[in-house]
Amino acid sequence: MSTFVLLTITGLGLGAMYFLVASGLSLIYGLMGVLNFAHGAFLTVGAYAAWFAESKLTGISSVGLRFVVAALVGLAAGGVFAGLVELVLVRPLYLRHIEQVLVTVGLSLATVALVQGIWGSDSRTFATPGWFAGTTDLAGTHIPNDRWLDIGAALLVLGGMKAFLRYTRYGLVIRAGVENRAMVTALGIDVRRAFTLVFVIGGVAAALAGVLSGVYFTSITPGRGTSLLIFAFIVVVIGGLGSITGSAVASAVVGLSQQYVNYYSSGLGDLSVVLLLALVLLARPATLAGRTA
Amino acid sequence: MASLLEIRDLHVHLGGSHVLQGVSFDVPEGGVTALLGRNGVGKTTTLRAVLGLVPREGSVRFAGVAIEREPTHKIVRRGIGYVPEDRDVFAGLTVRENLELAERNGSARYDLVHRLFPELHERAGQRAGTLSGGQQQMVAIARALLNPNALLLIDEPTKGLAPALVSDVASALARVAESETVLLVEQNLGVVRRLASAIVVLDQGRVVHTGTAADLDDAVLVNRLLGAGHAGAAA
Repeated sequence: MSTFVLLTITGLGLGAMYFLVASGLSLIYGLMGVLNFAHGAFLTVGAYAAWFAESKLTGISSVGLRFVVAALVGLAAGGVFAGLVELVLVRPLYLRHIEQVLVTVGLSLATVALVQGIWGSDSRTFATPGWFAGTTDLAGTHIPNDRWLDIGAALLVLGGMKAFLRYTRYGLVIRAGVENRAMVTALGIDVRRAFTLVFVIGGVAAALAGVLSGVYFTSITPGRGTSLLIFAFIVVVIGGLGSITGSAVASAVVGLSQQYVNYYSSGLGDLSVVLLLALVLLARPATLAGRTA
Repeated sequence: MASLLEIRDLHVHLGGSHVLQGVSFDVPEGGVTALLGRNGVGKTTTLRAVLGLVPREGSVRFAGVAIEREPTHKIVRRGIGYVPEDRDVFAGLTVRENLELAERNGSARYDLVHRLFPELHERAGQRAGTLSGGQQQMVAIARALLNPNALLLIDEPTKGLAPALVSDVASALARVAESETVLLVEQNLGVVRRLASAIVVLDQGRVVHTGTAADLDDAVLVNRLLGAGHAGAAA
């Protein structure tokens, strides 16, 4: 029983990171029809900006405060980078899907190469508050505290995104744009502003995933964004393109599936996710076109 | 009468087809101008080309200003409302949200919209995707009427509606046309005859006739321009 609880919380923690990446990816595709292969680069930029800031903030004696400030720097870096990518690289290529794929794939590869060129391929570690390394007793098992951090952050982002979409003018524009972008412009709305905003939101969420991955995996690497992006794409397809709630549910299912199957079948967790994707596509092929923010 | 909208030599290519082949006509200020023609001759494409929703070549002037190089949202903000052929309501949004989305410049005319379509007030919290076809058409028209516009582009507002609803929609449009210029695409000649003062007929992407609504009383002309199916509708 205690092992099952540990696997469950760990799976939800992993799913939380998938959600942070997938939510932005899903909104970007749902609204703009852009398959953003550079989304993993937002995660990498955020993680390395936070790590770099943390290494330079030696004047802050409190480890916790230093981590929080560094994380905020990482989130800002991820958001600014994502906004610039939309404005400079993606905007001139709307409706040119092949070119978009080529540019975003190229940017993804270039970002990893650039980070490796500057800081090398070795993994880097954050100094994190002591509580993160501790455990909490639950149902007779010791749950690593950072899992709660991941899950809590994902729930906050989920709630924040849902509230933003539900209660703000831009949220209304995005929900409508996911359904019918042309009709939104025909109502006199400059939907391009919403495009940039969605990229920034996605970039911040991905950067948060980057920072938290440094805690979950105890280090960051240049290729972390790319590896998480693969599962985030699977989550987006399973959850429905453009659906935030769908992404949240699919993230949990994928994270749990990986953990359970890895433990009970000696490392077939990744394969189980691919099989799950195949099953979903066979049973519900329309999920590829499903769109509701 | 001064022209509010001037279209000159408008060309549109879609999917390898030359849909509009040099369309030219004027929409005079005030009243309803009906854009007629058989299915597939380019009526809807003409409206979409005016708004920049499809790539086009040629000249489009609105209130004397060239708008053919402007993005859609800027053209609309000049004072052009649009009711698309398939209604295109946002199914996942409520009626209220569909209308809120159309608000611009703080001049939303909810009083007018709810006077014309009281049912929308009662169904404000209902998702638009769950409305009947007629109710969705009301939402689509209401969205266009919410802001004061100089010109309304209305594409087949009675398509697929029950006869009783056709009459209601036509009455609403008649009231709208008292204050705003309308370019109307409509297959129902009874509605056209009731609303329109001028007509423009398209065939195979070209203008083949311009005249007044009285021309629709000529059965031979209607048969030649619109086909045998419409000839009986001529008075």
